[in-house]
Amino acid sequence: MAELSPTGTIGAATAGLATAESAAASPGGTPVESTELSYREAVARGIAQEMRRDPRLVMLGEDIAGAGGVFKTTVGLLDEFGPQRIRDTPISEQAILGAAAGVAMTGVPVIAEIMFSDFFAVCFDLLANEIAKGRYMTGGQLQAPLVVRTHNGAGSRFGAQHSQSVENWCMMIPGLKVVAPSTPVDVIGLMASAVRDPDPVVFFEHKTLLAKKGLVPQGDIVDQLGVAKIVREGTDCTITALALMVDRALQAADRLQADHGISAEVIDLRSLVPLDTRTVLGSVERTSRLFTVEENPRLCGWGAEMVSIVVDEGFWNLDGAPVRITTPHIPIPSAASLEDLAVPSVDRIVETISRAMG
Amino acid sequence: MSTDAVADGHGAAGSDTSAAPPIAAPMRTAMGAAGTDPSQLYDYGRRPPRLPDPVNVANDDLDIALDDRLAMYKMQQILRQMERRAYDLFLQNLVKGTSHLSLGMEAVSAGVARAQRPDDYTFATYRGHAHTMARGAPLGPVLAELLGRENGILKGKGGSMHLASVEHNMMGSYAIIGAHLCIANGTAWSAQMRGTDQVTVAFFGDGATNIGAFHEALNMAATWKLPTIFVCENNLYMEYTPIDLVSAVPNPAADRAGAYGLQSIIVDGNDADEVYVAAAAAVSKARAGEGPSLIEAKTYRHGGHSRADPGKYRPDEEVEAWLQRDPIPLYHQRLLRLGVDESTLLSIQQDVAARVDEATEFARSGAEPGPQHLMSDVWADGGSAWRN
Repeated sequence: MAELSPTGTIGAATAGLATAESAAASPGGTPVESTELSYREAVARGIAQEMRRDPRLVMLGEDIAGAGGVFKTTVGLLDEFGPQRIRDTPISEQAILGAAAGVAMTGVPVIAEIMFSDFFAVCFDLLANEIAKGRYMTGGQLQAPLVVRTHNGAGSRFGAQHSQSVENWCMMIPGLKVVAPSTPVDVIGLMASAVRDPDPVVFFEHKTLLAKKGLVPQGDIVDQLGVAKIVREGTDCTITALALMVDRALQAADRLQADHGISAEVIDLRSLVPLDTRTVLGSVERTSRLFTVEENPRLCGWGAEMVSIVVDEGFWNLDGAPVRITTPHIPIPSAASLEDLAVPSVDRIVETISRAMG
Repeated sequence: MSTDAVADGHGAAGSDTSAAPPIAAPMRTAMGAAGTDPSQLYDYGRRPPRLPDPVNVANDDLDIALDDRLAMYKMQQILRQMERRAYDLFLQNLVKGTSHLSLGMEAVSAGVARAQRPDDYTFATYRGHAHTMARGAPLGPVLAELLGRENGILKGKGGSMHLASVEHNMMGSYAIIGAHLCIANGTAWSAQMRGTDQVTVAFFGDGATNIGAFHEALNMAATWKLPTIFVCENNLYMEYTPIDLVSAVPNPAADRAGAYGLQSIIVDGNDADEVYVAAAAAVSKARAGEGPSLIEAKTYRHGGHSRADPGKYRPDEEVEAWLQRDPIPLYHQRLLRLGVDESTLLSIQQDVAARVDEATEFARSGAEPGPQHLMSDVWADGGSAWRN
């Protein structure tokens, strides 16, 4: 039985330099072969990696076992690990998170899937009041080594109740860690670090990224929570982004360079709690400008917190006002034309930044 | 316990069920389904009283060892005297915030806890002082927690509504109705997966039967055959409103049991022996891998819902009738009928009184928590850092 590290992620948060790579195990130091994997397949691989490592680990959720998940993110897990460890549940989100919380209290690690992140609203008592606060309000007696996985974000034309980005709902609750990977390799590495973390972690898988492919080294992959990645270096401005917005920020950066001669540095935050502010502040110190690209609706998105920190602590490094690029403060519409207008696009990122820098 | 429950074999554990005399279901006559006249809802204190059924003397004959009975007597004394002390300290303005006392309901905690093993789990609501102490939590730190002191069982960080003692597998008191019933399934599931025969008991009030989490929890427990024992303490009022005025069925827990394939079990919650027998049967069933149980214990709180509530919505005649049915004098009388000396019982009372005084001294001598406690215990590493 593997022991959970009692100090896992805070160490990572304080370790915090920018470019920590996902570490692939390579016995003997030989080069590790990579294979192409989709983000969707990476979810199942990350879970399987941890289930093989820790025979206690269990997972529960709606349609995750026999059906392999409505987004096919858990395909093959039932066959390998059996129905005792991969459990289908009724449509009872409170019962799902409650069972996960109770299992975790006994020291047994557990992954719960909530099919769509929008459904957090029907079990938010468990997430915000019970799972997040148990340890504090019992003076450190209760533990919660659990991961809540969910499918987040817009792009599927599902309308207002199946398209939201709600990572900010979780970020604002003391006691929850919040992770949102943007690449297949990060899905695996951060899944491992989330499962091994002794505290509750909410793990956001972006629906529009599920088909995205990437090279993934063979062997076990373990990452760190609380470490942002500089995914494109630049000198004129810093763009912070998360999940789907990372790819859009990267494309925007290419066009900013080509069309406007602006060299943008792009940071994939990867986790909101713990938050790698050191990487962002260090970047702004070099570039003197900050832009945040958020899929959240305008009010109280994570970018507002980021701007606040940079203004507080990096004000004299700034050559201009930090700018937030967000979804407007509206529900997500269903029609493709409207949904695409709502969520920050490459065009809007380029326009906003070039105007602000012009 | 209902006659149905006795007849189907869930009436007693470790005893010859058929030898037990039939026991009438308490209060079926006094309770009705929700009235059709909405004005009833606002007729504070002038509604027809909800009177208790007569005391069932035949429960003297239940097959319970004298040691168990004396232990339950002692526990009820502890709970009664500790709750009274908590109330006294509140009147002295030493207990801050709110508190929800179990005065009058001690037989439920004492009876169920006696049927549990030390390694079994317990979950309670904000009315959880009694359940926490009944699992063996130390009295001084419990009282110190109510006073918000550093030597409190939660270091002063949880207060009255969140008492826990994980060392005693008392896994917490939950102050938002319903959620903990779902969490209780988790410890039960863990025990099932680990192949232990630990059971989990989740206490809740009558009001919780009308919230969704109650139904989600029962359905999952029944479907997965979890060793969860759901114990409804029906004290007839959901906060300030009679439960029968806001529920579709007269027995808010027991009448829903059938929807989840469970037996309808109603016990006299003011009779520790009757509670103990029903709990022991449910525990045996759960240990044997035969799934959950739902027990509805009819009882009554002597005071209001919380410290802010004088309970004036209850007719005087009703309160008086229930005070006459106080579980502790009734149990005292039973033990005398069973041949226990008055002096033995008096000695238990005095011993408990000394312990309560000692706990009070411990609590009052505690310091207020210092600032070093403010930012600790959010994460497993003991801290609260959210950024680097």
